[in-house]
Amino acid sequence: MTGTTEKLRVRDLRKTYGQVVALTDAQFDLAEGEFLTLLGPSGSGKTTMLMIIAGLIQPDKGEVWIDGKLATFAPSYKRDIGMVFQNYALFPHMTVHENIAFPLRMRRMAESKIRDEVQRVLDIVRLPHVADRLPRALSGGQQQRIALARCMVYRPSIILMDEPLGALDKKLRDQMQLEIKQLHTELGITILYVTHDQEEAMIMSDRICLMNDARIEQLGTPADLYFKPRTVFAADFLGESNLLDGVVQSAGHGRATVKSAGDAVIKAPAADVFAVGQAVKFMVRPERLRLLDPVESADNVIEGTLDQIIMVGGVTKYYVRLPTGPVVSATRLTRGPVTGLERGTRVRLGWPADSTVLLPT
Amino acid sequence: MTAAGRRFGAWRAAWPLLPVLIFLGFFFLYPVGQLLWLSVEIKGTGALTAMHYQRLFASTLYVKVLQITLETSAWCTFFSIVGGYPVAYLLATTSERRRNNLMLWILLPFWTSFLVRTFAWIVLLGRNGAINGWLQALGLTDEPLSLIYNFTGVMIGMTHALMPLAILTMVSVMEQIDANLPKAASTLGARGGQAFWRIYFPLSLPGVAAGGLLVFITAIGFFITPALLGGRLQTMIAQVIITQVQDLMNWAFAGAVSVLLLVTALVVFYLYDRALGMSTLAGETPSTQGGGGRNPIARLSAWIGGHLLGAIGRLCDIVSEAYERLVPRPASRPTREWSRGVLAFLVFLIIFFLAAPTFFIVPVSFTTDAFIEWPPKFFSLRWYDTVFVSPLWREAIVRSLLVGVLSASLAMVVGAPAAFVLVRQRIMGKTALLALVLSPLIIPRIIIAVALFYFYARFGALINVRFIGTSLGLVLGHAVLAIPYVVVTVMAVLKNYDERLDQAAGSLGANPVRTLWHVTIPLIRSGLIAAFLFAFITSFDELTIALFVSGGLATTLPKQMWDDALLKVNPTLAAVSTILLVFITGMILAAEYLRRRALGRSSAA
Repeated sequence: MTGTTEKLRVRDLRKTYGQVVALTDAQFDLAEGEFLTLLGPSGSGKTTMLMIIAGLIQPDKGEVWIDGKLATFAPSYKRDIGMVFQNYALFPHMTVHENIAFPLRMRRMAESKIRDEVQRVLDIVRLPHVADRLPRALSGGQQQRIALARCMVYRPSIILMDEPLGALDKKLRDQMQLEIKQLHTELGITILYVTHDQEEAMIMSDRICLMNDARIEQLGTPADLYFKPRTVFAADFLGESNLLDGVVQSAGHGRATVKSAGDAVIKAPAADVFAVGQAVKFMVRPERLRLLDPVESADNVIEGTLDQIIMVGGVTKYYVRLPTGPVVSATRLTRGPVTGLERGTRVRLGWPADSTVLLPT
Repeated sequence: MTAAGRRFGAWRAAWPLLPVLIFLGFFFLYPVGQLLWLSVEIKGTGALTAMHYQRLFASTLYVKVLQITLETSAWCTFFSIVGGYPVAYLLATTSERRRNNLMLWILLPFWTSFLVRTFAWIVLLGRNGAINGWLQALGLTDEPLSLIYNFTGVMIGMTHALMPLAILTMVSVMEQIDANLPKAASTLGARGGQAFWRIYFPLSLPGVAAGGLLVFITAIGFFITPALLGGRLQTMIAQVIITQVQDLMNWAFAGAVSVLLLVTALVVFYLYDRALGMSTLAGETPSTQGGGGRNPIARLSAWIGGHLLGAIGRLCDIVSEAYERLVPRPASRPTREWSRGVLAFLVFLIIFFLAAPTFFIVPVSFTTDAFIEWPPKFFSLRWYDTVFVSPLWREAIVRSLLVGVLSASLAMVVGAPAAFVLVRQRIMGKTALLALVLSPLIIPRIIIAVALFYFYARFGALINVRFIGTSLGLVLGHAVLAIPYVVVTVMAVLKNYDERLDQAAGSLGANPVRTLWHVTIPLIRSGLIAAFLFAFITSFDELTIALFVSGGLATTLPKQMWDDALLKVNPTLAAVSTILLVFITGMILAAEYLRRRALGRSSAA
């Protein structure tokens, strides 16, 4: 689906409010038909970035190119963008039809053509019968779809979405995630999406731009971010992770060994940036940890005592306390009631070397 | 439990409404009703007559006065709205800090006595006033212009008096408008003009309508400004009522004139309600607006309005497009929004118009001259001496303070419990109750005053208690006027109060009384004090009721000022006004400080 035409190019953006840096060193590209998510905790700069791209905030420096045209300081009404706001920002005094017709009227389209276009997008979002209602007469999910329809109707280069599902309850949110994703795939629209929900980002995005502390932390596909996080923050923010301290013992040829606090030696694949004697963290996902049988062995093994077992439906979580203090968790698919294991049992945990991720502290 | 049982249960929890209902029923509803009855009754017989109304319409005199009243009020409303809108818009769309600071400059004139502000205009606009002085000094005119004792004077004075009310009402509606909507319009391709006229302006209309209505209703009951700044041709209907009661003792006819005034007020309300719905008065967006109006008139006006605003928006587009063609905006450089600067300048001028004139009264109070003249001849404290030496003035000041404290206390005791019920209980007829509690603000004050005067005379004779010419009568009357302010202020604070705190206290073992005493009241204390201060200022500044009820004996400060001003506007009044100005400013700053603290505290909790 992803084309090669560049729809958005962001270079070196910076925005400060007095002493506070809201965004700095931001750059990325967005290709036609791509779904990119700005993901990060609140205050990480993702909304600032979106507002600058929308033309609602002016940056201190940097450039924004939309569809090949420089738009850094262009007023938002002249940018070829659509935006879905967190609270939808549907005009409460206008009917659904008038709301969707608004951008077309601003573009001076003939009324007869407007009618067809409005009906077209209402069909796309599967709400063909609500044209004469006021926004407040619609449910949250319906308002959400109308807000999307209002953006799609004039076919902007990019659609920006600012936490559009934040106001919906869990079940509706899950459903809308799939619907938006489906519209994106079917219609080939280019979407820049903002959320703080990592699960949402993983489900919907072609690529995720993880943000932290006014900077881009890491940009890549969901799989990249999950399997190859480059920082402790990235490893911690996406999915569950076990993060342990260690010191590099040997390094070279894309591999390294790390001595962890409990004297266990951990093997891991590693880029050549780590030096012997360097303090590092290593990360392993709970689903990669296995409780080993007494005779079983693995690339990496650590020992500890079982602290807690929690059955969460489909998976069961085992919390193991290491002799040095930290607790790691291992998840397994639930096969039946747990037997033979109880608190205080000494256990061994093992995992393959290539499931270990070495991270600079 | 049945539905009826539940409703009864809800009503049982509504008992704190009783004091306010009884009090307003007795000292407000009944007297006003009695006055209206008086105008259609043949004296003492209970039979109906249209005699007084026939007299009212028999000569063109009263019809003419009514016409003048409506015209003056309509123009005053127009100027207040047109001048107030940009201020309200800026206040509603600026940062919170800036809003709070600017708001003080609106609240100050809002709470400063109409009398003081009218005196200020005499200093400014009079034949020997400041403006004429400057014009002549600059050589722009050879002889003084007639700026007062005519329509211009009345219009300036009344617009100055009522614009703060228009602004405050409009701001409360505009603050509810989602700040994302204009932004959304912009991303959808609307320029500033289109976004404003098609989105913001229609959404702010309920505020414009509510503000206009309140200004109009207040204006038709006005008498201070037309009496002091107008000529014979600017006589308004309230002045006729005062003459009928004070000079001619013609109660029935005064009743008939009052009815005329009240009917006018009610007709305006009715038209307003038909067009927009009463709920917008409370600052809520109307349930029907734009496309889906519920009656043909509203739908038609919405249709016309929609197209008109669309056309204005389009026009703005064409102008700004032409401008951009002349002065292109490159996307590579930051641009400044000049429209915001123009707005700020305009608002500065309007706020200057609202806030500055009052201060001209200060230098005049230090004049050595026996007349109000500009520039004043400095420097003497003799007018302050006069005020503090004269037993008349001293007594008036003391009485005003006493009556203020007592009536504010009474209004608090009666009004605050009602506010609790109105915010927290779900009861039937809440809107009607709120309307009743707020109606002393809406019914022209002059009607309440005349009605109370008559009621006091009759009822006092019946139970052998003197209400007229005593502080008692003043306290009760002023409490009627102060109750709406108390209820509104306390309701506002309670709406921000997290009720879970009370539930927490309850779950920790505190009974309702102890919860109220140890948790609720300490948290909303600042709000309660602010309500008290507002009530106090209402009474302290009040002239209309005092005009009748004080009966020339128990004179309050505004009454004494009025009497003095009718004889001659002299520097003593400037001295009193200065004292009042300092006093009121202090009170407002205190009340505002407390209000902000209350809002901060209850929401932070």
